[in-house]
Amino acid sequence: MAVRFVASRKTLAQTLTPALRHYRSLTTVTLPDLPYDYGALEPAISGEIMRLHHQKHHQTYVTNYNKALEQLESAVSKGDAPAVVQLQSALKFNGGGHVNHSIFWQNLKPVGEGGGDSPHGELGWAIDKDFGSMEALVKKMNSEGAALQGSGWVWLALDKEQKILKVETTPNQDALVTKGAHLVPLLGIDVWEHAYYLQYKNVRPDYLTNIWKVISWKYAGEVFDKECA
Amino acid sequence: MGSQVVMASNWCGCGVVSSNSRKMSANDFKLSSSPFKFSKPYPRSARSAYRVTAYYGLTTPPYELDALEPYMSKRTVEIHWGQAHNEHVEKLNKILKNSTFYGHTLEEMVKATYNNGNPLVEFNDASSLWSHDFFWESMQPKGGSIPRGGVLNQIEKDFESFTNFKDEFANAALSIFGSGWVWLYLKRNEKKLVVAKTQNAVSPLVWGDIPIIGLDMWEHAYYLDYKDDRLAYVNNFLDHLVSWHSVMVRMMRAEAFVNLGEPKIPEG
Repeated sequence: MAVRFVASRKTLAQTLTPALRHYRSLTTVTLPDLPYDYGALEPAISGEIMRLHHQKHHQTYVTNYNKALEQLESAVSKGDAPAVVQLQSALKFNGGGHVNHSIFWQNLKPVGEGGGDSPHGELGWAIDKDFGSMEALVKKMNSEGAALQGSGWVWLALDKEQKILKVETTPNQDALVTKGAHLVPLLGIDVWEHAYYLQYKNVRPDYLTNIWKVISWKYAGEVFDKECA
Repeated sequence: MGSQVVMASNWCGCGVVSSNSRKMSANDFKLSSSPFKFSKPYPRSARSAYRVTAYYGLTTPPYELDALEPYMSKRTVEIHWGQAHNEHVEKLNKILKNSTFYGHTLEEMVKATYNNGNPLVEFNDASSLWSHDFFWESMQPKGGSIPRGGVLNQIEKDFESFTNFKDEFANAALSIFGSGWVWLYLKRNEKKLVVAKTQNAVSPLVWGDIPIIGLDMWEHAYYLDYKDDRLAYVNNFLDHLVSWHSVMVRMMRAEAFVNLGEPKIPEG
């Protein structure tokens, strides 16, 4: 007599899911390489700061973000909603730290490779239209960056909906998107103390004045053109 | 150095700084000689009489700037106290020129300008100023190790063990996202010591409790000496810098406001 195996949907799910899970791997992030040497941005930003900033601070965000991702995956698969919710602040902080710094490294370039040059093309026109002049933009970003209490970032953002450029700030490691999905970060300046303290001590305005010498508009221009295409 | 006990000085660093004055003379108070003329009960030139304007000053830490070496370098203290802390004093004085909070004590101002979470413009500098005064006095040369007597008893009562307290303190410090402070403070309602972290310039003053130890975890407090190694900074603070003498004095003062239990009356 044939034995009939009735595989219920539940049994099927239980047998298949482990197999499926074997093929699904968690996509973690890695620390991006800098496209220049640590000392290449001197004297605006010292090599010591660049090395610590990249190898220690950014690396810590990457490591902790990946850890939080793994914990999140485990919590999601267990259906542990409180754990999922509890992980949000670690994800926002470390994920934001990774996202923000990845943009930051691309905003900086040594003097010979575009650092300190003016923006060209459409972005240059947009800056003049929305701020009056490049100098006015720099002044606005510097004053907002200097006034930021505690740790955070100052951004040149493109408002996709209104199609204008704006200067925004975010606290701690909050990414620009936390202020609105319609905001695209073109240029970000890290005003956490670790970004400048070893060199400029507590004189944040000096750091902000000098960093423009190594800010490159290439990345910002590319993002701008892509969004406005 | 003849370092003084600084119990009272940190609560209000007020001092007369400037006065618009011209020399008063006897003529200002001369009453009219005739009994039939209306005599002014106040100096003739009262309206332009001297005005005292009192502002906040920078209180000095109760030790030499290099006294906390090697756990906190002279350079760090020079910049942290001499520049950053000083800047808060100057900024606050500037804001106070046009502020309704002029004349408040620092503690009153911190609480009032916190405005239940919607801080007013004075809050940041006022609270940073208070917290930094508190911070320097939370440390001493050859500090750290272990407290004795009543302080130790209270900590063991509220944290189960001194090691537990240190662990909790360090964990809170390391879990701060961004800039902040870590505090050991006395909760008035629950009458117990608690560890908590705060963001930016917030301190337990704003919710009405009594701070006992404050550790600045902003990067400027440790970056020159420890770079990103916050654990070493916190451990050195707990093991070598924290002033249990200050803690004892603060607890004594706090007992005037919080009943920490029945007093031990010696027998006989």
